[in-house]
Amino acid sequence: MDQLLINHGFPLLSALIFLPLVGAFVLLPLKSDETCRYVSLVFTAIVALLSFVLVAGFDTTTAAFQFAETHTWIAPLNINYTVGVDGISILLVVMTALIMPFCVLASWSYIQFRVKPFMICLLIMETAMIGVFVALDFVLFYILWEAMLIPMYLLIGIWGGPRKIYASIKFFLYTLAGSILLLVAIIWLYWKNSYTFFIPDMMWQPYGITPQVLVFIAFFIAFAVKVPMFPFHTWLPAAHVEAPTAGSVILASILLKMGTYGFVRFALPIVPDATLLLMPYVLWLSIAGIIYGGLTALAQQDMKKLIAYSSVGHMGFVTLGIFVLNKQGIEGAILQMINHGVTTGALFLCVGMIYERTHSRELSAATGVGRYMPIFVTFLAFFSLSSFGFPGTNSFVGEFLVLAGTFEFDLTLGLAAIPGAVIAAAYMLRMLQKVVWGGVDNPDQSWITDLNTREIVTLAPFLLFVLWIGLSPGPFMEMMDYSVTDLLDQFNVYKAQSVAAAEILVRR
Amino acid sequence: MLFLPELILLLGTLCLFLVSLGSPAIDTLRKLTVIIMALVMLASLACLNQKGSLFFDSYQVDFFSQLFKFLICTATLVVLIFSEDAPGIRSDVKAEYNVFLFTGVLGLMMLTSSVELLAILVSLELSSFALYIMVPMRSAESGGAMQMESGIKYLLFGVMSTGFMLFGMSYIFGLCGSTYLSDIAVQIEPLFYQPAAIIAIALMLAGFFYKLAIFPFHFWVPDVYQGAANETTAFIAAVPKIAAVAVMIRIVSLVSAEGQTVVNLLLICAIGSMFYGNLSALVQKDFKRMLGFSGISHAGFVLFGLLTLSSQGYATSLYYIIGYAAMNLACFLVVCTVAPSGKNLAIEDFTGLHQRSPLLAVILAIGLFALAGIPPFVGFTGKFMLLVSAFKQGHVLAVVLAAINTAIAIYYYLSVVRVAYCSDPEGATMQVAPGTLTTAVSLLLLLVIVAMGILPGAFLNLTSTAIGTIL
Repeated sequence: MDQLLINHGFPLLSALIFLPLVGAFVLLPLKSDETCRYVSLVFTAIVALLSFVLVAGFDTTTAAFQFAETHTWIAPLNINYTVGVDGISILLVVMTALIMPFCVLASWSYIQFRVKPFMICLLIMETAMIGVFVALDFVLFYILWEAMLIPMYLLIGIWGGPRKIYASIKFFLYTLAGSILLLVAIIWLYWKNSYTFFIPDMMWQPYGITPQVLVFIAFFIAFAVKVPMFPFHTWLPAAHVEAPTAGSVILASILLKMGTYGFVRFALPIVPDATLLLMPYVLWLSIAGIIYGGLTALAQQDMKKLIAYSSVGHMGFVTLGIFVLNKQGIEGAILQMINHGVTTGALFLCVGMIYERTHSRELSAATGVGRYMPIFVTFLAFFSLSSFGFPGTNSFVGEFLVLAGTFEFDLTLGLAAIPGAVIAAAYMLRMLQKVVWGGVDNPDQSWITDLNTREIVTLAPFLLFVLWIGLSPGPFMEMMDYSVTDLLDQFNVYKAQSVAAAEILVRR
Repeated sequence: MLFLPELILLLGTLCLFLVSLGSPAIDTLRKLTVIIMALVMLASLACLNQKGSLFFDSYQVDFFSQLFKFLICTATLVVLIFSEDAPGIRSDVKAEYNVFLFTGVLGLMMLTSSVELLAILVSLELSSFALYIMVPMRSAESGGAMQMESGIKYLLFGVMSTGFMLFGMSYIFGLCGSTYLSDIAVQIEPLFYQPAAIIAIALMLAGFFYKLAIFPFHFWVPDVYQGAANETTAFIAAVPKIAAVAVMIRIVSLVSAEGQTVVNLLLICAIGSMFYGNLSALVQKDFKRMLGFSGISHAGFVLFGLLTLSSQGYATSLYYIIGYAAMNLACFLVVCTVAPSGKNLAIEDFTGLHQRSPLLAVILAIGLFALAGIPPFVGFTGKFMLLVSAFKQGHVLAVVLAAINTAIAIYYYLSVVRVAYCSDPEGATMQVAPGTLTTAVSLLLLLVIVAMGILPGAFLNLTSTAIGTIL
């Protein structure tokens, strides 16, 4: 347990995890919809503020897990409640905590019926999502990972669009079926590591290559479905399109990150040999995702679908960065996870705001609103520019690092990824052009009203982060730097060891 | 004191019998049955720590048996409470129905204490014959003629499996020269190289495979679940299974390390049950029938714990069957409440349940998600621990197949949650309002499902202690 810096003071992480759950219970007896909205806003806001405390107390000069707490949970099976954050997870935790209040705000007038259950689902989601990022016990991780499916299913299935039933069931089945083998892999690791579920103890162990490959495959299926990587992505457009705005934001900004987080946290350190062996395939799948997502997005008429497919492309960049296994790549990938969360979350909010007015997600119904919604299109322009990595915005930094890492790894791969960045500009600019100006056949949009204060408040922080990360990524990189360096160092040590071991075998 | 719960139940049954000679009001009858069952439950709770043996050592009272008795009474009480006025039962035989129900419970309670072959047989038959009669007692308005068909099927399959069991017992007696399980355990231990011993154990288990609905003794399940009244099905789906697990643990613990063939046999039955149950459940339209098939697959999971031949595995099986009973009763509670006239429910009949009764919808959803094995409910924790114990014994392939089954199963559970939550009823539909006692029971079941899922430690200790007293 020396990987943990135990937190003896206020249990900050537990507070972050369980406060939303407490909020859900507080909501239960409430009657009025308005009170439910305010109570959930208060709870998510407190969590968001607490996350600043987390950042303030975070030590950027160690790779150990900080704010760690460990309590015995299920003694007969040696399952513990162990949580902690390191440089890889902290940004994701903070992002989750910060985005949730805006999800509540975005649902303020969008959700008109069954408000209380909706807010309860959101709060339970928050508990599960923060928990997934900080869990250091594999059973705890798995329980939260799966438990999250129920509220998300309900979010899509109850408050979703016309094809909500198809979309919600597809989402549920895909993710559940994907993570079933993960459970078997967890049990195998438990058995192999003398019955412990403590994740850091499972890392860098000399497992044989065959079991490593099998475990990697189990990890890969679970995480690739969640990311989603091409060709496991088909649930994503359906789910995104049908989900209510808050659901889309949660899906895009946070849920997708769990897959890539899983790769960095589990696949790399637990099965490094298999990672080395299989990484070319994963890399080329990422390239396929980038190109495929981009081309498909180019052809969409439905704005939510367009952004959903663009997510497939962007997440392709993230997995690309992770599996080139160098510092720029992984740091770029982690930064890109945050960027994608901020930018795509904001884009979904924007589409939601249009939808609330026109009740259509069709691009053709939203053309030419620029004249009547100047504030809105200003926001939209920034987020669209950010989405395709315009210099000065956040995604530029992330994508640049990923591409730099990729070129360092392999020239062909880097060249193959470049068209993705170009297509991204094409589809985002196409959407922007249509929404702002449109053509000669614009529908009459003169009745449309611009954003109200609540909506501006919702979008402004996203813009802040877009520019902040874009212009000064230093503080963000600093948070993760130590952990990523440590991860790669350990990886190289492990690689050297296994090479040495192989040489000894050969000499004999 | 040793025999107190059974004695009270026996007296209660006689009392009911006397009542049944007259023509009691339905309301009185309901109060009477609930009170008697509650008394029996309290008695079994009070006798939880009794120890001793009765009837020439063929009837053993220990923590194991007492825990099972408590569980059986509690489950029966839950069924009695949520059946309200038992609308599915022919109104002219309601009193008799309860007499048979109590006789059945008596048989099951005695089964858990029986440690001698003849005692096992007698108690098993006592419970089985009562159940055979209960099934066709469904009212014609709610069941049509289905109940007769299922009654006959239940009887024929039951008698057949009893035949298998008796045949197995005769082998055991021939091999060991005793009918006491304690003697048999000693005698049979070196005999597992003999096919006779393996066949004997396997045949003996067949009788309980039937009760627990394990492939290939599951054929009665769908028809009986569909044909019996909702209340009867709720009882059959939960209570006899608990008792069956008790006896199976006693029988399986006879198998020594050499009995790998028995383990393999159990493994095949377990995997067969899972696949058969889950794949068949996918296409069901009738909700009870679907639960029947799901029950077959869950029985396969229970076997996973037994086939490890380790006390930890038995404890997990016991834990799982308790959880299963809770999840299943939660679902049947919803069935009985949503169908006030005692009719069968198709899955579509749950349409828009969230509007008709939010509480019932939550219970149904949690019950089904728990059955599907989604954390943090007991279904997940139980399955997880069963998989871990099977993995420790090296049954890796079986664990993978079981995991795949979980993925298959989610679809049909989810499709029920879908109609309950995601579709709105067309036109005006009846509101459903459960009674006060039923509401209380439903909340209790909910609590059990969640508590056993999140904090399984205490429950595991309890079941491990129980297993410890018989090994």
